[in-house]
Order: sequence, then structure tokens, then C-alpha cells
Amino acid sequence: MAKAATKKATTVATLSVERRPALAGRTTSAPAVKIEVLPPAERISLRAPEASVAALSKALGVTLPKKPKTSASKAGRTALWLGPDEWLVIDEAGNDPLADCAGVSALHSAVGISHRNVAIAVTGAGAAATINAGCPQDLSLDAFPVGACSRTILGKTEIVLSRNAADAFRVECWRSFSDYVFTFLSEGSRDAAV
Amino acid sequence: MLLIRCPYCEEERPELEFRNAGEAHIARSANIAGESDDDFEKFFFIRSNPKGIIHERWRHMHGCARFFNAVRDTVTDKFIMTYKAGEPKPSKLPEISNEVVAK
Repeated sequence: MAKAATKKATTVATLSVERRPALAGRTTSAPAVKIEVLPPAERISLRAPEASVAALSKALGVTLPKKPKTSASKAGRTALWLGPDEWLVIDEAGNDPLADCAGVSALHSAVGISHRNVAIAVTGAGAAATINAGCPQDLSLDAFPVGACSRTILGKTEIVLSRNAADAFRVECWRSFSDYVFTFLSEGSRDAAV
Repeated sequence: MLLIRCPYCEEERPELEFRNAGEAHIARSANIAGESDDDFEKFFFIRSNPKGIIHERWRHMHGCARFFNAVRDTVTDKFIMTYKAGEPKPSKLPEISNEVVAK
């Protein structure tokens, strides 16, 4: 009896617990566009009234933007304006923004969504055209300048789009939609004329 | 595609980001349990459904996710103006021109 139990425990211990991120290693290149999956990052969904913004900005180390469609970045941490009292905070430096918010006593709601989202980088001269294959927003530099960000749609899914450079976008989508989004962007990149 | 001005995003955005949310300015009674069946029916089911100008609630679902109100012409399908939720019905509507929609 004891022997059998030992044997069973050994089997369990050797089971693979390797973490497999969605879309790991997937990348696509078209003549004018490169689409690649970005490494995992820490993210929070932050909701807070006007009165709490200053305290949260101080705790996070990045000033939460108050103007629609804008973002603020500092030391690997980006705060994206999503709505009048809603932000998406992405930390790519490995620090946990959720822990930073925990010490703030001002009214707010911070929810960790690091594993909910997958980020895809779309870069190259045809990046805007690729995203416009499924996103109806005006992505010209006048309407969507560098640093602009917005929740919007791509095909049938909701995404958060931000522009890091004139020809570089970051697409944040829900993990379960990531296969669809990546495939959609790959198809779009084949049509992207420059 | 229609461009709808979101009063919270302060710009015109494509209609695919929006959802209609029914007629606006329908006040729920403070004492809903005390309503007569007729009054409740009026509040709950009966909508004006006009031909022409209608005040509607819209939601910028795939944007800032906020509800707002819009004045729309049901004949031409043009948005005449939009304003934030909670604001009173606009007493005067702007002139509709062909260049400017949903301002």
C-alpha cells in the first residue's frame, strides 16, 4: 500500500508544469510590416475618481493622463487613458503596479489583469494599414499621434491600441482572442500597401 | 460608416465602437412598487418612436465605455448632437449642415 502511494507521488512530481504563454514565439513578416508577440508584462485595470488621481499617480510613479486618448510613460511603466475614470497601467520593467496601489488609501479600484491580456507589436511602414484592415479609427499621425492610445475594435474583438512611434503600434487583446487577433493582423499585413 | 461624436472622448469615432441603448430621458419612479400597472406599462414598455428627432442613449462600448445621450433624426439617420449623460435635454438644436455631422 505504502509502496503504491510512493509510486503515485513520483508520477505526479514528474508532470510538466511548464508555463506556456499564448502565441509564444509567433511572428510574421510581410514586406512592410513585422508582427510579433511581446513578452509578458504586469498590468492593472485602474478605476478611480478625480480626487484620487494625484495620490495614485504618486504611488505608481507615473502621472495618470486626464486627456482623452493620451498616455504617459515613465521607467518602463505606461498609463493609458481608457475612459474618464479608467486607466490601463502596463509595467514592462517587472515591477508590480498592483502592489504600489495597495498602499493608497484614496478611493480606487485596481485589478490585476496581467494574464488576461496579450500584447502584440505591429511595426514597419505598413503598420497603420495593417491595423486598419480591421480597425475603423483614423490612424494618421494627425489624428493618432505618437503616444496616443484608445480602446477600440479589430475585426470582431475589442483591443487597446497604442502608438509607440510613427510606425510602431502595440495591440493589447484578451488572451482568448489572441489567436484570432494575431491571425487577423497577419492577413492584414499581406494586404498592407505602403 | 457614421461618425459619432463621443462627448467624453471629445472626438468623432466610427459607429462600430458604439451601441444604442434605447430612448433617453425616461425617469424611473422613486416609488416603483407603488406605481399602478398602467403607469408601469408606460414607463417600461411604451416608447415614443417618433419620425424625425429622437433623444437616445448611446454607449461608447468599445471606447471609453461611457453612456451618453444623442439627438438623432430617424429619417435621415443623422446625429444632430451628442451630450453627456445627466445633462438636460438641449433646448435648442444646432443647424444641421452636410459638412458637420454629430458635432
